[in-house]
Amino acid sequence: MFNIVHKEMLSSNIVLFDVEAPLVAKNALPGQFLIVRADERGERIPLTICDNDPVKGTVTLVIQTVGAETQRMADKLNEGDCFADIAGPLGNPSELTDMDEEELKSKKILFIAGGLGTAPVYAQLKWLAGKGVMADCIQGARTKDILILVDEMKAVCGNLYLATDDGSEGIHGNVTTALQKLWDEGKRYDLCIVIGPMIMMKFACILTKELGIRTIVSMNTIMVDGTGMCGACRLLVDGKVRFACVDGPEFDGHLVDFDSALQRARLYATQEGRLLLKYREGESHHGGCGVCKD
Amino acid sequence: MAADMMKKIPVREQEASLRAHNFKEVCLGYNKEEAENEAARCLNCKKPGCVEGCPVSIDIPGFISRIKEDDIEGAYKVLSSASALPAVCGRVCPQETQCEGRCIRGIKGEAVSIGKLERYAADRARELGLKPVRENEENGIRVAVIGSGPAGLTCAGDLARMGYDVTVYEALHKAGGVLVYGIPEFRLPKEEVVEKEIENVKALGVRIITDCIIGRTMTVDDLMDREGYEAVFIGTGAGLPRFMGIPGEQALGVFSANEYLTRTNLMQAYDIDSRTPIMVGRSAVVVGGGNVAMDAARCALRLGSDVHIVYRRSEAELPARAEEVHHAKEEGIIFDLLTNPVEIHTDENGWVSGITCIRMELGEPDASGRRSPVEIPGSEFRIDCDMVIMALGTSPNPLIKQTTKGLEVNRRGGIIISEDDAQTSRDGVFAGGDAVTGAATVILAMGAGKAAARGIDEYLKNKHKND
Repeated sequence: MFNIVHKEMLSSNIVLFDVEAPLVAKNALPGQFLIVRADERGERIPLTICDNDPVKGTVTLVIQTVGAETQRMADKLNEGDCFADIAGPLGNPSELTDMDEEELKSKKILFIAGGLGTAPVYAQLKWLAGKGVMADCIQGARTKDILILVDEMKAVCGNLYLATDDGSEGIHGNVTTALQKLWDEGKRYDLCIVIGPMIMMKFACILTKELGIRTIVSMNTIMVDGTGMCGACRLLVDGKVRFACVDGPEFDGHLVDFDSALQRARLYATQEGRLLLKYREGESHHGGCGVCKD
Repeated sequence: MAADMMKKIPVREQEASLRAHNFKEVCLGYNKEEAENEAARCLNCKKPGCVEGCPVSIDIPGFISRIKEDDIEGAYKVLSSASALPAVCGRVCPQETQCEGRCIRGIKGEAVSIGKLERYAADRARELGLKPVRENEENGIRVAVIGSGPAGLTCAGDLARMGYDVTVYEALHKAGGVLVYGIPEFRLPKEEVVEKEIENVKALGVRIITDCIIGRTMTVDDLMDREGYEAVFIGTGAGLPRFMGIPGEQALGVFSANEYLTRTNLMQAYDIDSRTPIMVGRSAVVVGGGNVAMDAARCALRLGSDVHIVYRRSEAELPARAEEVHHAKEEGIIFDLLTNPVEIHTDENGWVSGITCIRMELGEPDASGRRSPVEIPGSEFRIDCDMVIMALGTSPNPLIKQTTKGLEVNRRGGIIISEDDAQTSRDGVFAGGDAVTGAATVILAMGAGKAAARGIDEYLKNKHKND
């Protein structure tokens, strides 16, 4: 069992947990992820790692309540409770971790963080800051209230450019609008690392390809075991079948087939929607609409 | 006494039309009278072929003769000294090609039903609360076993019995490997059988740590250098599922058998209380002819789909256990043999709508000795379906290889071991099971775990001989 030592709501639908998982905390590197299960009947959920403290033996998880399972985690798990399972760190560390400090310092790196993607981007920026490298970052969200970890982000990056779709904070527009703006102002980068919703990564990659910036994305596919067994996380990269859990999760964004990945991400959408409805409405939902027979 | 000594005592089963709609065990097993009558058919041969046919060399006439005398404790002692998982083996071994395939009774009539008798003895022993026992004093030497599937559990159990201090590391949240994520409940009950057998291995002093992925959470070198293990056994099983590379394989509704089975079995998605989603199609096509294909097909059937199995060779070449093929047919699964998929079709939203297959004929024998299938030109036809499950085997998991320096693997990615002692190219690191051979059976993995336990024992005895 994995104890929750701290819980914090970052916005109305995003929650942060610090959880005791000493081996994971000791070995986690930026770019890696976890599989988490709330309790004995729970689903295995892949989550990115926002932070890890090898001394305290804790990892920081940030969860957005997108389905019944994540909603349940946010509602039911509190400080002093436990996650039944935390398995990781999974996936390959970021290619940045293979570079020496000199190489890192020679690169102009731009991160693009969309929504919840801010959490894993923070892990990478913090790791770089520890090496004395302050990369730039565009952090985007729909609106001001769901821009998360802004102070923490500021502390570990060079320039932090905020962008909101509704213009309530920072640049008015999405992350690609912001990138185009920076480019037009004469900013240049050698490497772009984009983490966020798949649709955002797709459009960011279309722009960075035009601009000729090498781009890495982190693919948040459907997963079950996360260790290289089930094959649920498969996607096409450069026309070949790849598995996000053991070949990724980071891939060359210009080679990822986003359209088929976006399509596969919808696989359980209907079932997830029904489960969420059932969870939210509980006994009051009797399926009178005729859509949900269960 | 049975009227016809030439024939097996039939085993009671759940009726096909009933079991096609539930996940309860298909085979109900022998009762005392049936078991004793079947045991009486054993001729107690001087040179028993059945023992030679058994990958873990169980003294088969030995345990059968004790069943005859209703000495369950004695029968279990014989079984448990050779096998860590007798209640599992009695249910999932391909007896027809192993022990029962060598039975003298089989020459003129039907072989003795060794598998069903093994199951009977192991199930009765469990009801009586019997546990396996250590053979030697604890020696305090620590050994790590990676993977809690059949190879790992067998290796761990044997080493513990010899006196070693054994810890098993499991990547998933539950111990058992393929016994929990792969083989379905209706063939191998989890709570009553698998969990109890694992409890028995623990009763020998084996510790099992779940949620720990060796190659990620810790490495093989961490285990040896930091955690103080003097030997390591790698039994990580088969790896990533293979796909065919045909058009449409990324469509919504195309699954690997591993994913479909893991959702159904490990995550128990068939249970209304489980929160893991699973797709239930109206009509499913399962591609492949092995045990995994049969398991996936029969799970899909039980969840409510009509099911076709598409296999490119003929019935004689089906690699699955005969009993599973027989059960699958009884339950109403349609076999399209000598048939191979060429393309998966989708509707306007990207969901599977059908599969085009081509008829095959058998040509010359290939490297495996099986006649290789050849396409019959122009014989394409379409099967309408909304789900396709690929059960085409697996390729080895790369994690341990990538993170263990000096660990050699073969062309296909299987770990290379010495035939004498199961040691890998790394000193003190042993391996066995699917991680070495590629996808095989539970019992072959157990045989490999057993051989590695002997290899580890010799290695450590040699290392400590001057202590």
